[in-house]
Order: sequence, then C-alpha cells, then structure tokens
Amino acid sequence: MKRALRYIIFYSALFGLWTLLAKLRVWPPYLFPSPWGVAESLYAGFQDHTYWIAIRVSMQRVLIGYGISVILGMILGLGVASNKFLEETMGGLLVSLQSLPSICWWPLALLWFGLNQNAILFVVVMGSLLSVTLAMEDGRKQMPKIFGQAGRNLGAKGFKLFWYVLLPASLPFIVSGLKQGWAFAWRSLITAEMLYLSLGLGQVLMMGRDLNDMSAVIAVMLLIIAIGYVVDGVVFKGMERHLQNKWGLAPAA
Amino acid sequence: MSANAQPVSRRFPVPIDPSPTRGVKRGPVSVGRGEQERAHVVPKVGLSDICLSYRTQGGERLLALDHINLEVRTGEFLCIVGPSGCGKSTLLHLIAGLHSQSSGQILVDGKPVQGPGTDRIMIFQDHGLFPWLTVGENVEFGMKMKGVPKAERRAKVEHYLRLVHLAKFEKSYIHQLSGGMRQRVAIARALATEPDVLLMDEPFAALDAQTRDLLHDELEHIWRETGRTIIFVTHNVREAVRLGDRVVLLTFRPGRVKSEFPVELERPRSLEDPEVALAARAVLDELREETNRSLEAEYRTGLKPKITSGASE
Repeated sequence: MKRALRYIIFYSALFGLWTLLAKLRVWPPYLFPSPWGVAESLYAGFQDHTYWIAIRVSMQRVLIGYGISVILGMILGLGVASNKFLEETMGGLLVSLQSLPSICWWPLALLWFGLNQNAILFVVVMGSLLSVTLAMEDGRKQMPKIFGQAGRNLGAKGFKLFWYVLLPASLPFIVSGLKQGWAFAWRSLITAEMLYLSLGLGQVLMMGRDLNDMSAVIAVMLLIIAIGYVVDGVVFKGMERHLQNKWGLAPAA
Repeated sequence: MSANAQPVSRRFPVPIDPSPTRGVKRGPVSVGRGEQERAHVVPKVGLSDICLSYRTQGGERLLALDHINLEVRTGEFLCIVGPSGCGKSTLLHLIAGLHSQSSGQILVDGKPVQGPGTDRIMIFQDHGLFPWLTVGENVEFGMKMKGVPKAERRAKVEHYLRLVHLAKFEKSYIHQLSGGMRQRVAIARALATEPDVLLMDEPFAALDAQTRDLLHDELEHIWRETGRTIIFVTHNVREAVRLGDRVVLLTFRPGRVKSEFPVELERPRSLEDPEVALAARAVLDELREETNRSLEAEYRTGLKPKITSGASE
C-alpha cells in the first residue's frame, strides 16, 4: 500500500514537472514536446497500425536473436566451464569482448550478411551472447557438484545429463545472466534498427527524427522502455519466482 | 576390560580372547568358515588391491587408499568405519564409478566397473536430491534415464514412496521436507532404479538421534524385504554394529583395511542393545588408535591437509 503511494507520488511529480515545463514553454514545443503531444502521437501510431507492426517486427527479431544467443551461449559457457584449456584461453577473451558495444559489429555484419535482417540478427546475437555465455560458465561453476554426481550415478549421461540435471541445476545461478542478456539483445536490436530502414521500432523512432516530430520520438522511446519493462517484470520475474518456489530459498539472484 | 571379557564372549559371537588380536579377524580378506564357499562363489562386489593417490596443493602425491582388498557377498550388509580422512567415502565413489582408482580392480558380479551404472546407486550424506523436481519426480528420475515406460514408472514411484512412508508427499518439493524425510526420499530414489548394490555414504550423519533411530529400523526392514547388498560408510561405530553383518575398519591415511568384525547378533537390533554396545566397544578400541593418529596429524599441521581432487571429475 505504502509502496503504491510512493509510486503515485513520484510519477505524478515527474509528470507534473514535465507538464509544467511544457506549459511554461521554456523550450519551444518542437524541441520539448508536451505530455499530451506524446499521447496524441501514441494514439495515432497505434491507430494507423504503425506501432503494432513495428512492435511485432521488433519482437520477432529479438526473440530469434536472443534464442540463438541462449542456445549458443549455453553450449559455449558449458564448454568453457568444463574445459581447463578453454577456460584459460577463451575465458579472458570473452570478458574483454564484453566491453565492445555490439553495434561495432554492424559494418562487418553488413559485409557478411548484406543489408538485410540477418545483419540485424547478427548484431543482436553478438550483443547478448557474451552475457549468456559468462552467466552459464559461472552457473556451472557455482552449481553444487553433488547434482552432477547424483545424476551420473542414476544413469544420466551426455545430453540427458545436461538437459535433465546440469541445466536445471544451474538455472537459479544463470537467471540473472539470462536477464542481462535479454536487456543487451533488446538494446542492440533497437540500435541496429535505427541504422537501417527495417520496419522495427528503431526505424519508427528514426522516422520521427526525420519528420522533426519529437512527440513521436518520445512516444517510441516510451514503447521501447515499456516492452523492456514488461518482459523483465513478467517473464524473468515470473521465472525467478517459479525457481524460488521450487528450490525453497531465494537463489543467488 | 579383562573382567568383562567372560560375559562378552558368550553374548557376542566374535570370540574375544586376551591375545593381542582379540579374536578379530585381521588381514585384507576375511578368512574363516566362508573361505571355501567363496572360492567358487563370485562375490557381489570384489575389490582387489585398490590404491588411490591424490595430488595435494603443494604438488606432492598423497596416498589415500592403500591396497584395499574386500569382498562383499550378495545380500550382505557391510559397514565401513574409520576416522575422518581414511578415504571411506572415496572408496564408495570408486565403487559407484564416479571416480577411478589409481590401481587395482573393482569387480561387480565378476565384471570390472567402468564408470557409473544403475546397478550401484549411491545415497549421499547431503542426499543429493534434485530441488527442481518434486519428490515423485526425484524417485522417478533413475527409471526415466533408463527408459522405463511411464506406466511402470508411476507404479514404482508409488510403491517405493509407500515403502518409505512418504506416499502423501509425492507432489512436494524437497525443501518442504525435513532432513529425515529427505533421506527417505533418497532411499526411495535409489531403490526405484532397482540396483543390486546400495552405496550409502554417511546417510544419517546429519540427522538428529530420534530420526536416525527410526531410519535405522526402516533401513533394516527395507534391506530384509528387498535383499539388496548394502555398503554403508559411517564414522559412527554403534551405527555400524547396529546395522551391519560385518564391520570393516579402515586405518587413517593411507586407508588400509585394519580389521574386520563379523557381527552375528540377532536382528532386529537396536542401538541401545547391550550386545550392540559391547560389540561396538571392540571396534572402538581399535578405532581409537586411528582416530588419535588423525587428530595428531591435524594438530601437527594446524589444519587438515588440503587436497585438490586429482582423481575427481
């Protein structure tokens, strides 16, 4: 109850300040749009289906790209965690690669894949792959050894051991990494879409810039934030809660 | 002690005489009436000249197990006791095929052990149950790996959960159970894969005394009902005597078979039976020597030698 109250106070203050600044016309409206201008843009965007299409296209891309990252990242992370040679060599490389913004891959991606969706997917994968890999590596190491032993003892080996034992056993330790990977994937996607006319949310945002329509730009920004927030709050929070219920304790988050 | 010796020899079938060996059958392989039969009966589990050396953090090699020779009959309840650091748990891991020995051979039904197999199931001290699965799914796990059809799995889960009195908890998660219940799930999970040999690694060490008593009774009952071969590792001598057909004492580092004590007391036994206490006394006297050596080693170095698992995964 108290928490809800704090939310209401904070957001109405923020909204009030915005309205006030817009009303006072400290900056001209084409530089600093008003809340109702943004609301109008949002309404119009959904009305003519531009936003619906953009959201659908962007979500589709991020799901494919993130999915590839998760699968590859798990394989890579597991390999690095269970092989001393890989750990010593590739481990360091992975950490240093993480400081590279994924959009730096864009020029290469264009050359390799051409000006199409695959180039965007490549950037998305490069954005989130490292987080997932490092999380998986870490999770595999933190996971109590006894689960692997018990699993092998009960006859699980190879892929079955991975799928039925190692993966579920390490989930509580990798869920925060998976979440971070998703955030990186989402950001990389929007960045890549802004560089290439591609129907996604990023392009809609750039369209607002080209038309000098700052209300539209802010409207799309709000959409991008909202989608990120919903996925985090619904998908990942739900997953964390589910794991906590099963494991009993709050796992390393 | 010598004053007690007379009644002891009557009540406790192991002859306790004043000679230094005290009637204990020493040596790597138990000798006696069974020897001739064993010559042509293949033991369920046979260990011959098992050695295992570790690498310590300093880089030197440390001999953990030194020429262990043991034979376990089909259906026997064998208990292994020894001071901490004698490698008794490690020995179980070797039999389970989770690690491999440096030299020597482990035979199960006359066939050498190569890796883990569902004919030998381990029950760990901290149970090793899977927290992401329900009780029922845990019990089902081994059968699922083996590819047992679903209907059969369901029936067996029910059967074995009923055997350990946990039928009502099939849908619970592990963290919702008490320590004793978890160990019972572990036993049910092990039995459900229908192993010939149960390897129990101090399964009751972390439980309170009442729960442990109860689980002793249950385990003895299950063992008689299912006729499994059990190799049970513990540091608790009373527990070993209360449960085992035979108690094997290992020495402190390197682990060797110091002596074997057949326990021919009537079953069902109880931890409070004076016979059990007396038999335990005989084992304890020998164990004390080893415990002292292990304590000495700890005091001398100030800490237990750190061991990096050279032979583990």
